[in-house]
Amino acid sequence: MEKVTIVKSRTMVLPQTDIDTDQIVPARFLTTTTRKGLGKALFADWRYDRAGNPKPEFLLNRPEAAGCGILVAGNNFGCGSSREHAPWALLDFGIHAVISTEIADIFRGNSLKNGLIPVTVDKATHGWLIENPGAEVTVDVTASKVLLPDGRAVSFPMDGFSKYCLLNGVDQLGYLLKQADAIGRFEDTRSWKP
Amino acid sequence: MSGKSLFQKVWEDHIVVPESADTPAVLYIDLHLTHEVTSPEAFSVLRSRGQKVRRPDLTLATLDHSTPTVRVASLKDLDIVSEPAAAAQIRVMIENCREFGIELLGFESESRGIVHIIGPELGITQPGKTIVCGDSHTSTHGAFGALAFGIGTTEVGHVLASQCLLQRRPKTLAITVDGQLGPGVTAKDIILAIIGQIGVDGGTGHVIEYRGSAIRSLNMEQRMTICNMSIEAGARAGMIAPDDTTIEYLRNRPMAPKGADWDAAVARWRQLPSDPDAKFDREISIDSSKITPMVTFGTNPGMVVPIAQPVPAATDDSFRKALAYMGVTENRPMLGMPVNVVFVGSCTNARLSDLREAASILRGRKVASTVRMLVVPGSEQVKQAAEREGLHEIFLAAGAEWREAGCSMCLGMNGDVTARGELCVSTSNRNFEGRQGVGARTVLASPLTAAASAIAGRIADPRPLLAH
Repeated sequence: MEKVTIVKSRTMVLPQTDIDTDQIVPARFLTTTTRKGLGKALFADWRYDRAGNPKPEFLLNRPEAAGCGILVAGNNFGCGSSREHAPWALLDFGIHAVISTEIADIFRGNSLKNGLIPVTVDKATHGWLIENPGAEVTVDVTASKVLLPDGRAVSFPMDGFSKYCLLNGVDQLGYLLKQADAIGRFEDTRSWKP
Repeated sequence: MSGKSLFQKVWEDHIVVPESADTPAVLYIDLHLTHEVTSPEAFSVLRSRGQKVRRPDLTLATLDHSTPTVRVASLKDLDIVSEPAAAAQIRVMIENCREFGIELLGFESESRGIVHIIGPELGITQPGKTIVCGDSHTSTHGAFGALAFGIGTTEVGHVLASQCLLQRRPKTLAITVDGQLGPGVTAKDIILAIIGQIGVDGGTGHVIEYRGSAIRSLNMEQRMTICNMSIEAGARAGMIAPDDTTIEYLRNRPMAPKGADWDAAVARWRQLPSDPDAKFDREISIDSSKITPMVTFGTNPGMVVPIAQPVPAATDDSFRKALAYMGVTENRPMLGMPVNVVFVGSCTNARLSDLREAASILRGRKVASTVRMLVVPGSEQVKQAAEREGLHEIFLAAGAEWREAGCSMCLGMNGDVTARGELCVSTSNRNFEGRQGVGARTVLASPLTAAASAIAGRIADPRPLLAH
């Protein structure tokens, strides 16, 4: 995983609540065996018409969305399936942080392991972000803060280990494999065997 | 000091390295289930790093998601019936399992089926285990008192390589369900009512323990339906304490312990239920005597109403968008809405008891001429058992399709889809936009309600059709 310290970008806003992983990447795109190239499947059913042409009115197809690296979305973003294709698609499209009032557990975990920053903020801050699409916002992982254009700095929760991994580009599998001795001891000494 | 909850006992029994302020716990995994959709990239990572699978003996693979539900006797057949990408994905799974020494219950196996149906059926799902799979409905296995949850593909790689996961301890939520269930009211209706009450994010960050007299009275298949949809409330996992029902279900299953090992396992399982003074972070109570058959009206499982009650009035844009997508009118009941497709299947409701319930309604009746009905058994074993009882003859006589096992129209990955704008009454778990096909409209319901709706050609209350 690449190091992620800061994301500075204009925002794009999808205010709908409970945006599920089937919207982020519909299941028919999951027959792939690689994470590459999923950006074109991002929000496919909202983004393309029946003939596969971009719908000009949909956010991702509008000129102001070009180059936006931060997505602001309604409450409970990423609910539903465990498909890691969801963060893969967002990253492949160019989204590096998602801001909401709540982010679903599995999606959150998957995002952190790929360098997509899940940011949860209070309702007032979220409300302001929803009302001000295109705002120039900074997500600062080191400080665990979102910096708004008016100078406000809003904290967001992130556990220390996840932050350490993002800031240092730490591959968690490498960390786990270093625990091999402890894992071996656990397997040898437990009172029952699965 | 207060006693321990079921979750706490299982969690603590699997700590390889405890969590600290700086680091998550290293949690040992007793059973890793895997399927063709969420594993390919994980195997690629292992291959690129020269890693082996640490415990192939604790790993079990099957084919279910992109798998056709018409007969496939060979890979040649697969190429004829499947999209090239789906067929390629299945081939990659077969190759990965061969290369890494993992047992695959594939097309030639009589044990193949939906991953969350075959684990319990084989008896490899057991109380007190930690069970993971790259699939959010892994919560199903919690019905046995296992700690079972869905993971992403990166974590699939972690478990393959280390048999462990890095986890922060989740919070606990006790949901107590007491009260006698009315006729025609099923486990599906209970869990839909729970999600309707706490919302699709009501369980976020929590592991749910379902308890109370109504839960105790359910058989294992019904308990699996409840735990299966824990994720639809946003919960990490759902658990039910093991009891005599659990133990009798597991006795003599092919992969359950035998002889002295069985006795030792049962003694251990008996220790798992939450202590009477166990503390939970949150507690909720539900009176199940008030639950009626439930149907969803919107585009997430929390948008649900008792079948005869009107759909609530829209309160915000997301709600209005959901009603517009569904073609549903606020302040009117779902009852009577025309139906195009009925799907009985999925890891939520494709076990033998579910098929029996659907058949009890369909026996001697016909599916409406305007409705396509698919019955997709959850596994080869379920299929064979249903055929031994003649259930397939009831479905076929009624005009329904009787298919091979797989996930099928629950997520429409294998070609089984509902057409744009059509309404499908489905026994599956998600009514998200497009879940069952682009533009498809899904109404979640029990197998009884699905069968009654198939006959009426409209959303129908099953209670008048119940066999006495």
